[in-house]
Amino acid sequence: MSHVLVVDDSVSVRRLITSTLRMAGYQTIEAGDGQAALTAVRSAMPAAVITDQNMPNLDGIGFIRAFRQMPGSAGVPVIFLSTENADTLKQKAREAGAIGWMTKPFDDQKLLGVIRKVLGR
Amino acid sequence: MSNDADDLFLIEARQLAESLEAGLLDMKSRPEDRTLVDSVFRDLHTLKGSGAMFGHTALATFLHDFETAFDAVREGRFAVTAALIDLGLRACDHAVTLLEGGEAAPGQALLAELTALISGGDAPAAAPAEEGAAPEEGAGSGDWQMAFRLAADCLVLGARPQVLLDELRALGATDLNPDFDALPTLIDLEPDRLYIGWRLRLPGHVTEAEIREVFLFNEEDLRLELTREPAGPPPEVEAATAPPAAGPVAMAAAPTPPAAPPRERTMMRVPAERLDEMMNRVGELVIAEARLAELVARTGDAQLVAVAEEIQRLATGMRETTMSIRMTPIDSITSRFRRLIHDLNGALGKSILFEVEGEETELDKTVIELLADPLMHLIRNSADHGLELPEVRRAAGKPEAGTIRLSARYSGAEVVITLADDGRGLDVGRIRARAEERGLVAPEAELDEQATLALILQPGFSTAETVTELSGRGVGMDVVKRTVEQLRGTIEVESVPGQGTRIHMRLPLTLAIIDGLLVEIAGERYTIPLAAVEHIIELPEEHAKRGDGSRFLNIRDQLVPFLRMRELLGSEGPPAPFQKVVVATAGELRVGLTVDRIIGSSQTVIKQLSPLHSTLKTFSGATVLGDGSVALILDVPQLVAFGQIRDSMEAA
Repeated sequence: MSHVLVVDDSVSVRRLITSTLRMAGYQTIEAGDGQAALTAVRSAMPAAVITDQNMPNLDGIGFIRAFRQMPGSAGVPVIFLSTENADTLKQKAREAGAIGWMTKPFDDQKLLGVIRKVLGR
Repeated sequence: MSNDADDLFLIEARQLAESLEAGLLDMKSRPEDRTLVDSVFRDLHTLKGSGAMFGHTALATFLHDFETAFDAVREGRFAVTAALIDLGLRACDHAVTLLEGGEAAPGQALLAELTALISGGDAPAAAPAEEGAAPEEGAGSGDWQMAFRLAADCLVLGARPQVLLDELRALGATDLNPDFDALPTLIDLEPDRLYIGWRLRLPGHVTEAEIREVFLFNEEDLRLELTREPAGPPPEVEAATAPPAAGPVAMAAAPTPPAAPPRERTMMRVPAERLDEMMNRVGELVIAEARLAELVARTGDAQLVAVAEEIQRLATGMRETTMSIRMTPIDSITSRFRRLIHDLNGALGKSILFEVEGEETELDKTVIELLADPLMHLIRNSADHGLELPEVRRAAGKPEAGTIRLSARYSGAEVVITLADDGRGLDVGRIRARAEERGLVAPEAELDEQATLALILQPGFSTAETVTELSGRGVGMDVVKRTVEQLRGTIEVESVPGQGTRIHMRLPLTLAIIDGLLVEIAGERYTIPLAAVEHIIELPEEHAKRGDGSRFLNIRDQLVPFLRMRELLGSEGPPAPFQKVVVATAGELRVGLTVDRIIGSSQTVIKQLSPLHSTLKTFSGATVLGDGSVALILDVPQLVAFGQIRDSMEAA
């Protein structure tokens, strides 16, 4: 219960996020789509999740919905990444069980601020 | 932002662009396929998103606008047409240009074209608005009185009220008290819901934006009351709750298509140099293992032998795995060809169909990459010179659309790649005339059809009477031939007048390590690639004498030219008794090579000859043997060709 799960189908974006987090001392796990993310959370429950929306196999909102069905997911904050600043999408993410969102692009400081905020450390 | 991630982004962006291109091209044949539209859209979207993350603003802006316009297609308001695909492909090119730091200007024209194409539908939506920041008010007012209550389900979502309280304390909060008014009776209490609110006082110098910042991520269903104490200007009251969802927005979430079966395999991307390095190490391991085996065999210690055999088994497995890692299906380059055909279709006034067969056939990555340009050239040639104009084809009773077919299949340790067209075929007479004119062949020489066709592969040969924009780019067929031969492959031309031309390329599966047959000639050891060895016979008594003069062996009722390797290599002394003949093949042709002794098969790590020796025709490389000595690798295609030349000289 100590790592941050980063879900994005873009390897480079994933790497950007994880390297920033790692440098700040967080442990990270990566998943390339919603399905892979579900597999990952089944084997180890993360402390927080950052997920993109547009992904093959299972999109971000679909993943969050399935995630919230899992026992043990209560209290794990999910941050939703979106390229659009679209309220309907945010609303959907929120209803699915995300605590908040970040709009791409964002910088290291913003990312760390958000993570500190949701993890309280 | 590490460089590592930047590099990764560029690689990924190119792959996305390629996938985008392939998706668009597939749309041509399956315009109704929703999954294609969705996948194109997803590629666009991912490229845009990561482009923005990595600071490629021009790219992100362009793709954003493009995506917005393209949305009409995804929502089914605009049908997939050839014009749309063409525009999409050009946009894809433009995106690649932008990635490489090119001009952003042409993008505007493309977008205008797209909007014009789709118009009738709605105009592209405006750029996204900035996230609403609360207006700043005059500072220097009295203290804040504040009460707040978080969404009841916020604990499940991962909110941490204690963190919020800590932050508020950091802002200088005082008089912090919980509010239990909403707490239900025990029987109605749900343990994972939050019933508690808080009241507090904050110093007046704190801005409202700072306060709101604390509640970032808890804005939904937040009940926040903020009151200025009447120390300064009139009190401001604000009861803020998050607004319900604004009206429908252009970018609604797409319903996820019933996705393809989930891929269970996880893939990893590895820089190619690391694989090369690994291959080199495995090569060294194979050599070291061979030395070990030899030393151990000398001691005769059974325990050591067992260990050495185990190591040999492991090394072989290691070698096979490493090679399989380097294998790439040829579909990694075929998408480029599809694009080429698309462009050629327009440029030549011909209608061309492109078919690919055996796309899953795998070859060493290096081989595939080196093959891309020659294949490109061959396809261009076929389209430009091979296929006739539609009216000519119609007159000849052929379908108006010409077909170019690329096929790949395994054949032993080789892959055969064939490029075929159903065009006019090669004109043997013209080739002969041109070759004589160019001095490539003596006027009196007799050549069969196969040999004449092979002339087009000679340097300095070009039949195109008018060099067109497309094929006249200075890369001749000789370059194709040279590339294939560098890859230790062979190339053959086959043509039927009026029916088309086929070019067969036979290529080894891998370049780095082969199974070799170790032989001895005049006390020196040589390696023959085992894949080329057809069989081995004893040299019949009547041919055994030196200078016997005979050139052919009767093998299973076929005459096979044979080369006395001792003579060819200029070795002195009498040959060993009971010489062997190794019959080796290249393509359809065979040659017998006389050797003194067969030593056995061995894993052969191919080392390139130095540039000084690279012109040697008899050898294709060298290898290091178990005892550390060097054996040269015989170049079978060259030797076969040599046998054939002598054959034709003999026949003349």
